[in-house]
Amino acid sequence: MEEILTVKKISKKYEDVDVFSDLSLSVKKGEKVVIVGPSGCGKSTFLRCLNGLETIDEGEILIDGEKLRQDTKEIYHIREKLGMVFQSYDLFPHLSILQNIVLAPVRVQKRDKKEAEAEAMELLERVGLSSKKDNYPRQLSGGQKQRVAIVRALLMHPEILLLDEITAALDPEMVREVLEVVLLLAREGRTMLIVTHEMQFAKAVADRMIFLDEGRIVEEGSPEEFFTHPRTDRLKKFLKSFAYE
Amino acid sequence: MGFDVLLKGNNLLRLLQGLEVALKISLLSVVISLAGGVLLGVVVSLKNNVVNGVYRVYLEIVRIMPQLVLLFIVYFGTTKAMGINLSAEAASVIVFSFWGIAEMADLVRGALAGIPVIQYEASYALGLNRIQAYRFVIVPQILRRMVPLSINLITRMIKTTSLVMMIGIVEVLKVGQQIIEANRKTSPNGAFGVFAVVFLLYFLACWPISMLSKYLEKKWEN
Repeated sequence: MEEILTVKKISKKYEDVDVFSDLSLSVKKGEKVVIVGPSGCGKSTFLRCLNGLETIDEGEILIDGEKLRQDTKEIYHIREKLGMVFQSYDLFPHLSILQNIVLAPVRVQKRDKKEAEAEAMELLERVGLSSKKDNYPRQLSGGQKQRVAIVRALLMHPEILLLDEITAALDPEMVREVLEVVLLLAREGRTMLIVTHEMQFAKAVADRMIFLDEGRIVEEGSPEEFFTHPRTDRLKKFLKSFAYE
Repeated sequence: MGFDVLLKGNNLLRLLQGLEVALKISLLSVVISLAGGVLLGVVVSLKNNVVNGVYRVYLEIVRIMPQLVLLFIVYFGTTKAMGINLSAEAASVIVFSFWGIAEMADLVRGALAGIPVIQYEASYALGLNRIQAYRFVIVPQILRRMVPLSINLITRMIKTTSLVMMIGIVEVLKVGQQIIEANRKTSPNGAFGVFAVVFLLYFLACWPISMLSKYLEKKWEN
């Protein structure tokens, strides 16, 4: 299958500290890649670099064959190919649910409002939230908001979904409803790059697991090998910290 | 009760003309303050050390100094010290704008600072460019935060115009005093009636603005 995302030896520093260096990764169309690692290992920063919310110091990022350049008009065009969902949902508080979802398709992609709304309603229906279309974000629970944020990203028809610890801010009982939506999308064959701390979920969704530590890929492999036969001591130790589950 | 004084001659008309003087000064000052305050608020939000240092001193001066002292300094002080001959109206507009710009800038700065960075990032991540992010996401949120606070400032400015009679401007309160003085013999109880009407006039000037604010707040409740 064709490669949709190629990361070639990228490096990033904050002041003098390496966030990551010489990081390379490629993702094929339809592949689900899950990145795990201890806090501060650079995994969220890595996702943010992919759509240019953070700059990289060296290396290059190719998305669908196009080079991601910083500070150019092209970056807006490339961002349309990347749907990102954040830990804290970040819906726009002054817009209704439906308005939140259709804002970018209508304003950025100049799609017909009626058509965008119809598609939005279809997607809302699928995540069980069509009755909330006229509500405002503050009237929704965390899990509901996160499902809306996923729909909002989907309506831009992105090539790749970047999910940045989307359940980390949720109450435990709401984690499942969000993860089920992601699993649903995974089965549709969407390309996804997921950063998470939910190991059970990672196991269920991943085609490939990546363990990131101190800005380097320490280990990668299929979920079976990754969880049952970790090769490095660092990954063994990391997985052990979840062992009470 | 002394309301009869108002019907004598053209007393009521004179009061209304006095109100017009007060409203002209406040309207002009409010427009200057809104425009200048938004501009200054944005500049201050760029966090240049020198600019913000000067701005902080400016804001403190405005907050500490009674408006009346500022009026005296500008009207009497500049005339004597600098040989500039300002009309009382011009001096009033300068003082009220000086005050309004500082307060307005602080409101804008506060509203801008209150928008989380992630709101910008969420907009960019959806493909919105900088202008679109401001137009559809950031500015509407700022407006919603600003409206009640700026309406409060505007009504305060209108009310405070009653001070300008101290530098010789014949506005609504001064007209009221004049009417009472002139009719002291014939209507010794004039004070109550006249001041009650002055009160009513201020109320009529500020109330619609407050209602507008309430309406917008309700409309934007979410």
